[in-house]
Amino acid sequence: MPNRYEMIQRRILKDRVAQGTMCGLTVFAIVFLAAMAVGLYIKSVPVLENHSLFSLLGSSEWKPMKGEFGFLPFIAGTLWVTGLAIIMALPVSLLTGIYLTEYARPAVRKMVFPALDILAALPSVIYGVWGMLVIVPWISERVAPHFIEFSSGYTVLAAGIVLGVMVVPLLVSLFIEIFTNVPVELREASLALGATRWQTTRKVVLRKTIAGMLAATVLAVSRAMGETIAVLMVCGCVVGIPSHLLDACYPIPALIANNYGEMLSMPLYESALMFAALILFAVVLIFNLLSRIVLYRLERRSI
Amino acid sequence: MNVIRSKRIEELFFKVLMLAATMLVFALVISVVWTVLSRGSRAMSWDMITKLPGGGFYIGKEGGFLNAIVGSLYIVGASACIGLLISVPVVFYLNVYLKKTSRLAYAARLAFDVLFGVPSIVYGAFGFAIMVFLGLRTSLLGGIIVITLLIIPIFIRSMDEATRNFPHDILDASFALGATRWETLKVVVRQIAPGIATATLLSVGRAIGDAASVMFTAGYTDSIPTSLSQPAATLPLAVFFQLSSPVPEVQDRAYAAALVLTLIVLILSIGGRFITSRFSKNKL
Repeated sequence: MPNRYEMIQRRILKDRVAQGTMCGLTVFAIVFLAAMAVGLYIKSVPVLENHSLFSLLGSSEWKPMKGEFGFLPFIAGTLWVTGLAIIMALPVSLLTGIYLTEYARPAVRKMVFPALDILAALPSVIYGVWGMLVIVPWISERVAPHFIEFSSGYTVLAAGIVLGVMVVPLLVSLFIEIFTNVPVELREASLALGATRWQTTRKVVLRKTIAGMLAATVLAVSRAMGETIAVLMVCGCVVGIPSHLLDACYPIPALIANNYGEMLSMPLYESALMFAALILFAVVLIFNLLSRIVLYRLERRSI
Repeated sequence: MNVIRSKRIEELFFKVLMLAATMLVFALVISVVWTVLSRGSRAMSWDMITKLPGGGFYIGKEGGFLNAIVGSLYIVGASACIGLLISVPVVFYLNVYLKKTSRLAYAARLAFDVLFGVPSIVYGAFGFAIMVFLGLRTSLLGGIIVITLLIIPIFIRSMDEATRNFPHDILDASFALGATRWETLKVVVRQIAPGIATATLLSVGRAIGDAASVMFTAGYTDSIPTSLSQPAATLPLAVFFQLSSPVPEVQDRAYAAALVLTLIVLILSIGGRFITSRFSKNKL
């Protein structure tokens, strides 16, 4: 029957067409990543032509009206806030991750996992509101008076705390994933030799997952760097290199978000902000690539 | 004897630390949610969610933020639909058409993971650059495009996870009956339906809360957009802009908007967890 033959032909053709389309869509993702880099670069060419890369990154003169763009205060702000957030979030997340994989009973996990879900799902702006209502007054009324005369509370410390809370769910979920990949037999061997749970954790689980934990931390760093609204709401937004925790700061994402309205009215300003986005993109891209590749390796080895 | 005692003490010490850390995480969740809910409910009223901003809205006169609610729903609804249309085929392609060892699959997964990590402010800046290039102004369309791009990696990552453990026997059964790979899509979709639902809720939750990307692209307005080329307000930006006002009544509206946003996200998050635990057998 020729009819049937035609039908099969048509089905195969449909399959081929679908394959082509889907392949195109998949390749598009990779191309899109490159397009993002190229697009941001093209946009930041004007400012790169007028200033050397060194002066852009190393100068702290920020006067858009005069065409001086030194990103150092913003880079310093980003580093301060991100560093602080990670220093606070890391021990808490690590301990929570260990507790949930090695110690906690399923009932406890059933309680904590939804809580982590919620923490991960809450939008950035909500954290900002929380920071303004809870953390900022706490710092200006309770913490700052011990150290300096006056602080509005909008400080590196506030931004660091808010950001720290925001990366906790990411870190915990990554840690849990990494720890569960360690074979149970290894733990059993250690426990059978008379080691306590903690000894097993420290000398077997943690030692076996150092690379993974490092990758997870790098991933959290790159996430923290790009956080915008929450940080913008509590960081104070004063241009200057912060010298201590109770100084205001002005990280790169906050800079971009705050100036989008006026950036078209000044020459080179738009280009400078696109350059800021490019810096952010480049750092995040490199961090993400490295840590994902490490995590993939670990995952494959454990299977 | 001493060694045993010291290791007991060490064990106890770290156990207490771990418990404390877990409690802290729990307390933080409660603190954030409680702060927003209690402050927001004090400011909440029926007018807030049913009325558009009236005259003198920004000096504390009457009106609500219906514009932001509707704007957010428009943007999120449209981008979730487009995102789903694009990501389901991609996930299917990665898992059914490509072999486990395929280089393309590896590169694509890496690309999506990296895209997932790209900050939304960079999406916003890039989206803005493209809109300037195309001659578009801040508009509903711009917001939808950027949010779609933002959530596609989330869609794909979370659906891919659900599909990876998909039993290959089912595929083989379908092929053995003479179905093409494309026709097998029906079988796969039915099997990973809970995964798709969870991914959708996750993406919608992320999309509705993202402020940094729509700031440049969707803009802000006091009215409900009637066409794709008009700017659209969104809930996170309603919170952000009104909170920076010095007028207490306007700030109150920001808290009320934050309450609405939090409730939406909470419902989505709990719903996602429910679907995962109800309809899939494995995993906690």
